Amino acid sequence: MEAVRYADGSLSFPGHPVGPDGSEPVGTVDLSGHTAEIVTWTTATATPPGVEAPNHLAIVEFEVDGEPVRAIGQLTTGDVAIGDEVRPVYAERLRDPEVGIREPASQSWDGFRFEPV
Amino acid sequence: MRDVAVVGASMTQFGRREGEWIRSLLAEAGTAGLADAGVAGEELDHLYVSNMASGEFEGQTGVMNALAQDLGALPAYTQRVDQTSASGGAGIYAAWQSVASGASDLTMLVGGEKMTHRSTGEATDVIASLTHPEEYKHGVTLPSFAGLTARLYLEQYDAPRESLARVAVKNHRNGVDNPNAQFREAIDVETALESPVVADPLRLYDFCPITDGSAALVFCPVEAAESYDGDHSTVEGVAGATDTHVVHDRADPTTMGAVVDSGAAAYEMAGYGPEDVDVAELHDMFTILEFLQCEGLGFHDEGRAWEAAMDGRTARDGELPINTSGGLKSKGHPLGASGVAQAVEIHEQLTGEAGPRQVDADVGLCCNVGGFGNCVTTTLLEAGS
Repeated sequence: MEAVRYADGSLSFPGHPVGPDGSEPVGTVDLSGHTAEIVTWTTATATPPGVEAPNHLAIVEFEVDGEPVRAIGQLTTGDVAIGDEVRPVYAERLRDPEVGIREPASQSWDGFRFEPV
Repeated sequence: MRDVAVVGASMTQFGRREGEWIRSLLAEAGTAGLADAGVAGEELDHLYVSNMASGEFEGQTGVMNALAQDLGALPAYTQRVDQTSASGGAGIYAAWQSVASGASDLTMLVGGEKMTHRSTGEATDVIASLTHPEEYKHGVTLPSFAGLTARLYLEQYDAPRESLARVAVKNHRNGVDNPNAQFREAIDVETALESPVVADPLRLYDFCPITDGSAALVFCPVEAAESYDGDHSTVEGVAGATDTHVVHDRADPTTMGAVVDSGAAAYEMAGYGPEDVDVAELHDMFTILEFLQCEGLGFHDEGRAWEAAMDGRTARDGELPINTSGGLKSKGHPLGASGVAQAVEIHEQLTGEAGPRQVDADVGLCCNVGGFGNCVTTTLLEAGS
């Protein structure tokens, strides 16, 4: 779960070729060993093809050396609240890539869910 | 730059249009739009088609070329405009540019989408294909963005859940008087609050339906407006802006930066402020979006739009009527058509053609939102003199 660090010190996940204010990427930070705080969350019951229902989702915020960086991802449970602390947990496949509209080879399908600490 | 007028407007019946496909829907609105202006297709210099995904929904691409022939508009310059759900607003911007620049003396814009032959899951997936791969693989959809944002808004501003239901009730009430709306049934607050959960805390009645439909506008220089049939309105301001593709990158998910930026630029171009707007069509794909746009466009302070919904200030007889057409919520949301249909409603309000939905208005605003605030176009129209 690599966030990109830009020349201005800011972080983003996922990274981009050009960062805020035109800064260039200068390195990466692995977020998988850090904990994060839930900014907000939802439980979606109407999911698209290949996504298990219910789908618990959250926007979370990490802080690395005083620098905030946010991510979105599935939660392992819907029993959470804004402000809860979570940690990333690796999953080999987050949805079935064979049944959605996105070309399966065009992107990765593994990633990190968030589990309450 | 030349001043630009709207001299024709039309929309088809929105809803489930059995047997109709993208080409016939576009041709239906286009033919009616030409008739409203009293012109023939062969008089068009430019023809724009706002459409998000006819290739993905139906396997039909090249829709602008097809429409040009179907309307007898050859050899007009044609272009398909795709800005996802904001394709209609982006089409207004393109059409305005074509006339304002002098490149065209008569431009038609037709927006349309055919969606209802797909299941809800399939249609949701087509729309979710606009998301970043890091979002898509987690099953993030536009409704889930709305649930995430609504929870934060309600908690951050201590707003009652009922305030969102009030948006749905108001827009369904307005849709009763719109013969082209997909839903023409009033609902009450209890019905909205007790409907099935879709993306907690949002429920079924917080979401717009999946819709087939099309809408059209005809543009010309203001000095030529009197030579066409009927009353006209004028484009006083139009501007677009873009926010992050990755939605969670935004510092405050309850502020839509592209709404703020496009609104500010449209106000500056028009020389108007939010206090000058008499009626507005906002992109209520989800009820929470009506609050975010009311605040981003300066109609209400940050975190206060829910109070206006509770007090009835956004109702048809309120101080600033919002979504007199029924909005996307009740009228329906055929993606590429929605931004065009917003302007059709405002044009009809400004020219006194809104029938039972008519309000007293000289200046109207449309805000068309693509993605979850990713791309936004704001347009200000004024009644023609």
